[in-house]
Amino acid sequence: MALPLGKSKRILQCLKSKICVVGLGKNSFWSGWFHHGCPSSMAPLAPTCRNPDAVLVNAATQFATRRFESTKAEKHVDSLCDAEGNQLLDFPGGKVAFTSEMRFIPESPMERAHCYRVLDDNGQPNMSNFVQVSKEVAVKMYATMLTLQVMDTIFYEAQRQGRISFYVTSIGEEAINVASAAALSIDDVIFPQYREPGVLLWRGFTLQEFANQCFGNKADYGKGRQMPIHYGSNKHNYVTVSSTVATQIPQAVGAAYSLKMDGKDACTVTYFGDGGSSTGDFHAALNFAAVMEAPVIFICRNNGWAISTPVSDQFRSDGVVVRGRGYGVRSIRVDGNDALAMYTAVHAARKMAITEHRPILIEALTYRAGHHSTSDDSSKYRPVSEIELWRMARDPVSRLRRWIESNDWWSGEAESELRSNVRKEVLDAIQVAERVEKPPIAEIFTDVYDAPPSNLCEQEKLLRETIRRYPQDYPPDVPAL
Amino acid sequence: MAAIFQGIGAAAALPSAKKFHSQSRRFVSARKGSLFVVRSDGRPSLVLPRGAAAKADASATSTASKPGHELLLFEALREGLEEEMDRDPLVCVMGEDVGHYGGSYKVTKGLAAKYGDLRVLDTPIAENSFTGMGIGAAMTGLRPIIEGMNMGFLLLAFNQISNNCGMLHYTSGGQFKIPVVIRGPGGVGRQLGAEHSQRLESYFQSIPGIQMVACSTPYNAKGLMKAAIRSENPVILFEHVLLYNLKERIPDDEYVLSLEEAEMVRPGEHVTILTYSRMRYHVMQAAKTLVNKGYDPEVIDIRSLKPFDLYTIGNSVKKTHRVLIVEECMRTGGIGASLTAAITENFIDYLDAPIVCLSSQDVPTPYAGTLEEWTVVQPAQIVTAVEQLCQ
Repeated sequence: MALPLGKSKRILQCLKSKICVVGLGKNSFWSGWFHHGCPSSMAPLAPTCRNPDAVLVNAATQFATRRFESTKAEKHVDSLCDAEGNQLLDFPGGKVAFTSEMRFIPESPMERAHCYRVLDDNGQPNMSNFVQVSKEVAVKMYATMLTLQVMDTIFYEAQRQGRISFYVTSIGEEAINVASAAALSIDDVIFPQYREPGVLLWRGFTLQEFANQCFGNKADYGKGRQMPIHYGSNKHNYVTVSSTVATQIPQAVGAAYSLKMDGKDACTVTYFGDGGSSTGDFHAALNFAAVMEAPVIFICRNNGWAISTPVSDQFRSDGVVVRGRGYGVRSIRVDGNDALAMYTAVHAARKMAITEHRPILIEALTYRAGHHSTSDDSSKYRPVSEIELWRMARDPVSRLRRWIESNDWWSGEAESELRSNVRKEVLDAIQVAERVEKPPIAEIFTDVYDAPPSNLCEQEKLLRETIRRYPQDYPPDVPAL
Repeated sequence: MAAIFQGIGAAAALPSAKKFHSQSRRFVSARKGSLFVVRSDGRPSLVLPRGAAAKADASATSTASKPGHELLLFEALREGLEEEMDRDPLVCVMGEDVGHYGGSYKVTKGLAAKYGDLRVLDTPIAENSFTGMGIGAAMTGLRPIIEGMNMGFLLLAFNQISNNCGMLHYTSGGQFKIPVVIRGPGGVGRQLGAEHSQRLESYFQSIPGIQMVACSTPYNAKGLMKAAIRSENPVILFEHVLLYNLKERIPDDEYVLSLEEAEMVRPGEHVTILTYSRMRYHVMQAAKTLVNKGYDPEVIDIRSLKPFDLYTIGNSVKKTHRVLIVEECMRTGGIGASLTAAITENFIDYLDAPIVCLSSQDVPTPYAGTLEEWTVVQPAQIVTAVEQLCQ
């Protein structure tokens, strides 16, 4: 049954169960309509009733209104004016100016959001207001990016040779990985998707540690429980990769909330791709980070492809950066292949996130120069020429090298020396990791809970029994202890 | 093997500073004269001796000399929550309308005013995401309690609960722990419609890495809430929409129940009736009739849905040799189905008759009051089942 509501937009809920009308304020618009307390008898409408067509309250139908402390009491004057005398209305959510012109906000802007860049294609800085990195930091960034590139190439080959089952490269995204990590502190907690091993590399994860995880041997911190590239290390503040897309985004917001409660000089940083930005988790996480004023940096690696889905099929907005405003999140679009631009942007974002308690969205434009993973052959859905262009002419590693070379911080000799050293180190690490034992059977059952419960103890006993009885059916290199 | 010792004025160890993945054990604070038990797995828990835990339905005996205080179940939950929030500044609550509104069922009433908006957090309507938030917060050191306004809404959070909450401690090799409590009201209410009458315990029971408990009285509600918060594992605490206004006198002294123990509601000789949550009350009502007819049923509220307390259940089966399970879950894939399998596997030699399981039918819960009543197991059916079982 609809009760005419007058000019207010408040909605009454008709409920069958007995709910008393909550005590209404003195100035309430409704005080003329209801008696206080349960309207169990017919409450005749007060003479202040404005609507002559109002229907009398049915005794059987009782009303409740929700009282929100945050909403001001109804004003009898239902519109205000701004300084120019234009009419404003105080809707929940704030004052809004009216317009007599019906104008739809266009679905796309006149011009796409500009992309922040420092180094041009030849590695020359085009302006001077970027964070001046020292020679040490610049060379370390470059060396780390190069190491990542070499590591990726060799691990990919190892997968092709059947030595590991699976691998995901970050070719083309080295600058995003490393430069962002370089601008952060070790206390900032990372919630990765899966294409960010460069962050771990920057923080000191060794090639051996990477190899151990890929081989799932007993030195793996994950104890052989996850697929390759699902790295995780609490001492590096890098949360273990989970295969599910974008689930880490709201987790990063929750962790930021915990850092904020602690008043720490740290933020959380989470990475995801253009595909991940379509998920429900992305939406709610950004929305909520803004509401909660959480110190979190959202870095979207917009590399143009979600497996075989190009961005034109992923969304119709101007990329991901414009969505920030939709949630009230400050955002910026950056050239993801420009290490200095990434460094500068993340550096600034971190400061804002921590001192102002706000989330920041960084859309790093780049290109996924490799395949989605070793289970993918991207030449099936995109032209090889496009891949080659980005891999060669627009390689972020080369671009940074040109810059450090132009500063005389790097040379051809240093280059070949680093390349051959890294290559050797990676190959060695793989050989060592391959030979290390796998985790023992007990590790199938530990860490499911803090202590193994009786049913798991029983299941372990059963498994050991079975292995003892049929040893030929089980791999010989798995230690039974 | 359990060691029992008096905790005389034992000081509580302060919770460790919020380090990343703290390893320190938290010990239970005990007031003078309380008992705490170190379980065989080395974990301390403050429990009242088994005898004291057993009591007739709806009446409480306090083991302390003080008379205790009366409250409703939702207040008991709140009391447990508040005590834990006082004790440990890392404990926080997040959910829809838990803040100034006090929660849809008033479990968090007054807490936002006392602890501030940051510790009692209102979330937007995005269950998967705020569950994810809770998981992220837990991994960085907080101990969040995530409230689902209705358990059914947590179906939206299934991805985070199954793939992350239950899994990340394992896949990270023990590096990251997730000490969250996920709680909310579920079960068939009064004409709330099919979508608001879900029994999520059926769906969640398979997820490795989580524990599940169901409370049914103010006494066990408070005890289980405290235990769940102190547990290092993710725990799902199932409350029931129709039980929030149950009144009981509970002890004034602090107590924490064990998450893995069942509750002996009524000892008996003829038949073991296993139940939990709201069905406990239907069973006890049937028990009155059964006693008048000369039967002596043993009623156990299993409380721990994952893992089952097969010790208590087994002892009962060995005594009575007949088992009746009464649950609110649907027949297919419910807690009763798993419990039947577990008992059969472990205690087949002690059974004189096949296990009987009374469940709801495999239908969505209808809205009409009469229809809804008949999808839920009623005392009359329980009486009939016992009579048939004991023939």
